[in-house]
Order: sequence, then C-alpha cells, then structure tokens
Amino acid sequence: MGDQELKAMTAGLECLPPENPVFTTAKPLSESTVAIVSSATLRHPDQDNYAPHDISFRLLDGRRDDLVLSHWSPGLDSTGFALDHNVVFPIDRLRELESEGKIGHVSDVHMAFAGNQPQLSGIQLDSGPAGAKILREAGVDVVLLTPV
Amino acid sequence: MSTLAHAFEAAGMATVTLGSIRAQLEGTAAPRGLYCNFPLGRPLGRPNDAEFQHHVLWQALSMVDRVSEQTIEDFPDTIIDDGETALACPLPPRHDPDAHPAVDEALGIRGAYDRAVSDWGNAVGTGRTVDADQIPEAVGAFARCAEGTHWKKAGIPGIPARVAQDIRGYYEMAAIALADHTPEAYEATRWFFHKTLAGKAILDSREAIKNAGETRDKWHFLAPFDL
Repeated sequence: MGDQELKAMTAGLECLPPENPVFTTAKPLSESTVAIVSSATLRHPDQDNYAPHDISFRLLDGRRDDLVLSHWSPGLDSTGFALDHNVVFPIDRLRELESEGKIGHVSDVHMAFAGNQPQLSGIQLDSGPAGAKILREAGVDVVLLTPV
Repeated sequence: MSTLAHAFEAAGMATVTLGSIRAQLEGTAAPRGLYCNFPLGRPLGRPNDAEFQHHVLWQALSMVDRVSEQTIEDFPDTIIDDGETALACPLPPRHDPDAHPAVDEALGIRGAYDRAVSDWGNAVGTGRTVDADQIPEAVGAFARCAEGTHWKKAGIPGIPARVAQDIRGYYEMAAIALADHTPEAYEATRWFFHKTLAGKAILDSREAIKNAGETRDKWHFLAPFDL
C-alpha cells in the first residue's frame, strides 16, 4: 500500500466548482492578518470530537499546541503530524514569516473542519459561510487552507 | 478544501489552498492553489524540517501578492512514497503465554507507546473511542472476529473503524518510539498492517465482515483502501 495508490483511488471523486466564483484581492501580504483553516479534522482535547459527516467547525487557539488529529479516513499518514504539527498546521512557520515582516500578523483564531465529506452542500451553504464570518470579524485578511 | 476557499473569498478574504492531488485543485477551481506532490497527511512536506516547510509556506502565501486571477502553481520539489518501505521495529517476545498472541503483543509495546506520548503528546494515538488501557481488549476483540466470531459478538468496543484507528494509532505511536529515525510517510502504517498481529487481525476482520454480507460502511474504513 502507499500514497500513489491511495491518491489514484480518489481520481473519480466529484468536484463541485462554484458557478460564480469570487476572487478577492487582499491588501499587501505584509499588512495582512493570516489564519489557518484545515480540513484535517483538528481539535483541542477539550472540544467535542467530530461525528460522522460532521459539517461543523472547531475554532483553534494558535497559542495552544495541544492539537488532536481526528480524521476519519484510514488513508492518510498521521505520523508526520504526531512528530510535528507544522506539517499540517504550520503555526510556527507563520510566526516566522510575521517576525520577518513578510506577513502582517498571525491571527489569534484559526479553524478546522472535518475532511472526507460525502456531500458538501452543508459546508457550502451553512458552516463555511458561518466560519468565514467569524474569521472576517476577527480581522483575518488571508486564509491558508491545508488538507491532509 | 476549495469548497471552503470559495466561501472565504465570498466573505472578503483572499485564500491560498495547499493541495496534494492536483486534479482536486483543478476540479474545484481553487482561487489560488499550490499543488505539492507530497504524501497525504503531510501537506507541508517534511516533519521537523522547518526550512522546507518555510519554503512551501512562502511559495503559497506569496501568491496573494503575485497573482491577480485564479491560478494553480506547482511546488518544484516532490516527495514520493515508494509504497514498500516499512519500519523495522522490534516486537517484544511473548510475555504472557496464556494471553492471545495479539493481545500479548499489544501489552508488550505499551512502554514504547507511553514513551512516545510523553515525548510528542497524544495527537494521533488513542482516544477516538478507546484509550490506551483498553487497546489490548480491543485487539482481542478483532482477533476473535478474525478467527470466526461474528463481529457483533466479538466485543469490539465501539464503531469498528474508529476502534481500529485507535489501535493503529497506538501501534504507530509505539513505532515512532521504537524507530531509529523520523519515519517517512506510511512506513509505520505498513509496519502495522504487514508486520504486527494486531494489524493482521484488523485486515482479517475486514474480510470477515465483508464476507458476512455487511454493508460497505461497516468494513471499508477499517484499513487503507488499497490494502
């Protein structure tokens, strides 16, 4: 078993591009506040675990390092995350870019959703926009999206 | 992932999406996508390699200033899993001759699991359904299922796929402690499924549940789909 075989098995997955996609032009990156949003089914240990087909999100505190990867799929390597959260949730790398002045600020709030969803309309219409509203109100300008 | 990207763009935020499968970035029309041909589970590439991660992250985020329309770029470096290499972790000798060999094996690696959790935390180990103390019992349940007991009567302490993930997480954390190097992607997974009695019990259970005529959701998620 291996990565190439597993990726090949996803080839037939349905993709749903939006009918009228929006392309937002942000202010310069060096002035922007950046947040991480991951579909790696991350949570803090004191947050509820994800149910099957769970479309809800968890807010992640970037100052905490007690992340748990709760993904349902058996098809991904999780030892990388076990050894170094930054391989999925690159919060330390973001802070380095902030200290170098390449980005404005690292957001205090980040977000995770559950990946491998069988249908996406609930995220498209409900929890995605709800999560976006929270990040926008927190002053986020740029979102880095990380899968697993 | 790009489903979320479009929701965030619509709310007035610029997004950059990392993707390990280029067809998905293309199919979902990621507004700004960086295709990184890295193993699933490692979107920034290499654990404990800050320089490499920094390079990936900057290539991605700098798209905010560099591109003005929907664009997918390719990260120049790739990390290819060979699909074969497995960790060579020593398993402990039998300790309790009265225990089922798979249960004895699970008990025998508890020390390694505890060392790994002490060093790296329990980020991927146990706790989805069962904790470390319950792992030997859960392994015993899968062993019974593999040996012919109907899965509903084998004593699997929860949704089989979730319990199987806890067992695999327990073993993979132990493997990290037992290994003499940072494992490449899937090296610990292949060790678990190909070299351990617990992994074999889960694979055999998957076959038994499938052959019992159960629906796909009952057995499909017990192990990687290409096994």
